[in-house]
Amino acid sequence: MLTVLVDYDSGNLHSAQKAFERMAAEVGGGAVIVTSRPEDVARADRVVLPGDGAFPACRHALGAVDGMIDALTEAVQTRAVPFMGICVGMQMLATVGREYADTAGLDWIGGEVVPIAPDDPSLKVPHMGWNDLVVEHPHPVLDGVTSGDHAYFVHSYQFRLANPADRLAHVAYGGDVTAIVAKGNVIGTQFHPEKSQATGLRMIANFLRWRP
Amino acid sequence: TMLKTRVIPCLDVADGRVVKGVNFVDLRDAGDPVEAARAYDAAGADELCFLDIHATHENRGTMFDLVTRTAEQCFMPLTVGGGVRTPEDVRALLLAGADKVSFNSAAVADPDVVARAADRFGSQCIVVAIDAKTVSPGKWEIFTHGGRKPTGIDAVAFARTVAAKGAGEILLTSMDRDGTRAGFNLPLTRAIVDAVGVPVIASGGVGTLDHLVEGVTEGGASAVLAASIFHFGEFTIGQAKEHMAAAGIPMRLA
Repeated sequence: MLTVLVDYDSGNLHSAQKAFERMAAEVGGGAVIVTSRPEDVARADRVVLPGDGAFPACRHALGAVDGMIDALTEAVQTRAVPFMGICVGMQMLATVGREYADTAGLDWIGGEVVPIAPDDPSLKVPHMGWNDLVVEHPHPVLDGVTSGDHAYFVHSYQFRLANPADRLAHVAYGGDVTAIVAKGNVIGTQFHPEKSQATGLRMIANFLRWRP
Repeated sequence: TMLKTRVIPCLDVADGRVVKGVNFVDLRDAGDPVEAARAYDAAGADELCFLDIHATHENRGTMFDLVTRTAEQCFMPLTVGGGVRTPEDVRALLLAGADKVSFNSAAVADPDVVARAADRFGSQCIVVAIDAKTVSPGKWEIFTHGGRKPTGIDAVAFARTVAAKGAGEILLTSMDRDGTRAGFNLPLTRAIVDAVGVPVIASGGVGTLDHLVEGVTEGGASAVLAASIFHFGEFTIGQAKEHMAAAGIPMRLA
């Protein structure tokens, strides 16, 4: 069993790596590596795509790793290995991102990434801190996670889904804000599971055991 | 369901050691920031803040090592500040495991450094720490060098400037109140909160749990930062959060 965290020079992978390593050791989840080599993605049993920063910069950086998009597509779409996107790594699953300029996403889950626009002017952006999840559908990765559990968010844009059934959970912040998306063997979290203490670690453990 | 107000313990670090005492039971080495961070993680702190108070080039490596070791053990958000001057400094701290990095005097000297860092790494990880002092009623000025050096810059105008440049959060310290235990400077906090659209962390002067409440209800802060009331074991994080929740503030309780 090999879990690959894709490194495309977007932010800090250290915490994510340590969190996945710790939970892999607990659940017998095998090896965890951080890599920017498409050939590692080609042999991965699970793939994690993190991402911090602006959508266009992340999308460009991911595309700049020679062969990576093809390797990800083959692993996730053809071989159907379990995939988790985190933060901008989740946003890039969308059809299009509308941060600064319109940027095409991977289009694995239909929808667009748009600014958070709270209907209450006193609410600050970025949406930063701990918010409690409202779980809309059960999912193996949410085993033991229930509505009311908190996750740590820090973002100014959100994933608005073309098909509401692809949304697993949301939080309230002057309107609904998408927290978790899922479709087939793909799941994505707007928040950082590796920074969300017990709730996040549980989701990571569930992901490492998930057999879609 | 709603966003919760954050309680953030701040550790002052010099040469890899905690400067103000951390007085918890079960700590083998109270001076080790990583041990203190673990204790605060277990206690349910919402974020952690490391402030490198000397921040010379020579002791940089020590701070990176601390951040790395903390991020390996504490799966919670970590902000690091002190001596951050360039986007390269931000990158190095993010790679070590910080989630947010705080500019202070470098942003005063050149607010464009905030824009350069935010463009590269995203606003979500760029904090600007503002140290302000009351110069006349309703008027606050930025001070640098630990509050010793006046700059002539209006604090509210500066907050607006750095928010426009891409700061994702403001860490506001009242130099009048810091260390006094007399409570936050509430008019200053309110003025900054009303001036910017990004979250503001109130800091400086906490002596009682009611001060934490006031920072939110009167100051309008999104988060409250404190050091000594937690480090000396006077109050636990849990007591602080329960006290704030009892006052009607949305909190993440254990």
